[in-house]
Amino acid sequence: MSIKLENVSYQYKDSKRRPALNHVSLEIGKEEFIGIAGHTGSGKSTLIQHFNGLIKPTEGNVLFDGRDIHEPGYSLKELRGKVGLSFQYPEHQLFEVTVFDDVCFGPKNLDLPEDEIQTRAKEALELVGMDEKYHEKSPFELSGGQKRRVAIAGIIAMKPEYLILDEPTAGLDPLGRDKILNLLKKLHEEEGITIILVTHSMEEIADYVGRILVMDKGHLEFDGTPEEVFEHREELEKMGLTIPFYAAITDDLKKAGYFGENPEISAITLQEAKEAILTKWKRDHKSC
Amino acid sequence: MLREITIGQYYRADSIIHKLDPRTKIMGTILFIISLFIGRSLAAYIAAVLLLGLVIKISTVPFSFMVRGLKAVFAILVFSVVINMFFIPGTVILDFGFADISREGLQTAVLMAVRLVFLILGSSLMTLTTTPNQLTDGMEKLLSPLKRIRVPVHEIAMMMSIALRFIPILTEELDKIMKAQMARGAEYDQGNLLNKMKSLVPILVPLFLSSVRRANDLAMAMESRCYRGGEGRTKMKPLVYEKRDYISYIVVYLYLALMIMIRFNM
Repeated sequence: MSIKLENVSYQYKDSKRRPALNHVSLEIGKEEFIGIAGHTGSGKSTLIQHFNGLIKPTEGNVLFDGRDIHEPGYSLKELRGKVGLSFQYPEHQLFEVTVFDDVCFGPKNLDLPEDEIQTRAKEALELVGMDEKYHEKSPFELSGGQKRRVAIAGIIAMKPEYLILDEPTAGLDPLGRDKILNLLKKLHEEEGITIILVTHSMEEIADYVGRILVMDKGHLEFDGTPEEVFEHREELEKMGLTIPFYAAITDDLKKAGYFGENPEISAITLQEAKEAILTKWKRDHKSC
Repeated sequence: MLREITIGQYYRADSIIHKLDPRTKIMGTILFIISLFIGRSLAAYIAAVLLLGLVIKISTVPFSFMVRGLKAVFAILVFSVVINMFFIPGTVILDFGFADISREGLQTAVLMAVRLVFLILGSSLMTLTTTPNQLTDGMEKLLSPLKRIRVPVHEIAMMMSIALRFIPILTEELDKIMKAQMARGAEYDQGNLLNKMKSLVPILVPLFLSSVRRANDLAMAMESRCYRGGEGRTKMKPLVYEKRDYISYIVVYLYLALMIMIRFNM
């Protein structure tokens, strides 16, 4: 069970520039939580549109559960039900008169029975924390963060096995951002949905994801756990990406020799950095 | 498919035609179109071809680029030719029973087609060698005498340049919204006409909203930079006629005179 890209390249037709994707191979398994990081124009948005067949690669294959999604007779609509994709600013796609109707749009397109559509929409809205009193409101009366959660509910209501989100926190205040990220965490842990998060800020996603893919100029540069990827601090900085603040501090201390020779220490969050430093400090002060 | 819209498409090059004052190009194009309606004989068309060919040559715009603009109006072209061919009475040269083609009809049809092709080539040459901004600038200056009779010339020109400016942005937006709805399982080419029309609602509503939002933002941004309409507004690059513009005007007027002479056998 996976989404698999085999040597995928993509060239935009009206562009004479380098290909947007250059021989990318990767596999995304079930129940992963993945971050895709990259600078603007690195090809991350192009990459995710391959996952649900919105873009057909100019070279290479995209396989879903082992089947080529572009082979004749393959239902892309069905695939799009299984691989949910939310674009940047998903609230711009809202169009229905009420919040509830808008969330129903996706399930309706999947030709489900009416009562199933209703239950799914209700569940999805509950998951994103929009209770009954919002159901009959116009989506345009809501705040930015609420609109975005409704739009994401519209994708969740299709019950995808994979959920891809392009910059889901762009332009939100810290509270709205945390709500979205915690929602994704919940979806991953409780519903077992694979989450793929596109971002240009690794800081934001480092706590949540178990794997990071780094894109640069259409190439897949790094693919590994956050700890593994953050080892390449200099290369990342050359690509215009910064590693999380606390990972950088720990790295600086390590390089300055604070942790002694060849330390096996890495930290991503404030908590981890604090523990690493305190352990070391206590050990030093016990000995004297 | 959306990217084939050629309105306001600009071909970047560094030719004399590109450097001409936009007013010269607008007037030149108008005079050229008028000349097409004056000329009726073969000689007149040869004169038009020569002038058009010469200007295209100088402009360095590849001919294939110009033909691309013709593709879009190909249907209209065929339609008008067919209508003319069958519906103008005269000496019958081909009879299909239910319809016939007359000599006069065929003549008018061919003439019409040639005229239309010239017309499109001539005007697309103008848009290919002039940026939309220059074009509206030229338009504003040309129409400025109308300000006396309270025609809001500056506002009209501003609206035109904003409209042109937004075409690529809105096509991109449209593309994005279509994809976003496709990701939610929407299909656009299924079912009968009514279903097809219904399937446009999820695209048109967001597109409409986003253009209103953009217009609002733009108005705000203009306001905050103290935009107050055309009154007393100066230009960073005022339009000034140069030697090449006078020469172009002379050439165009000579050509027009020639066309009139051919028409009236002088």
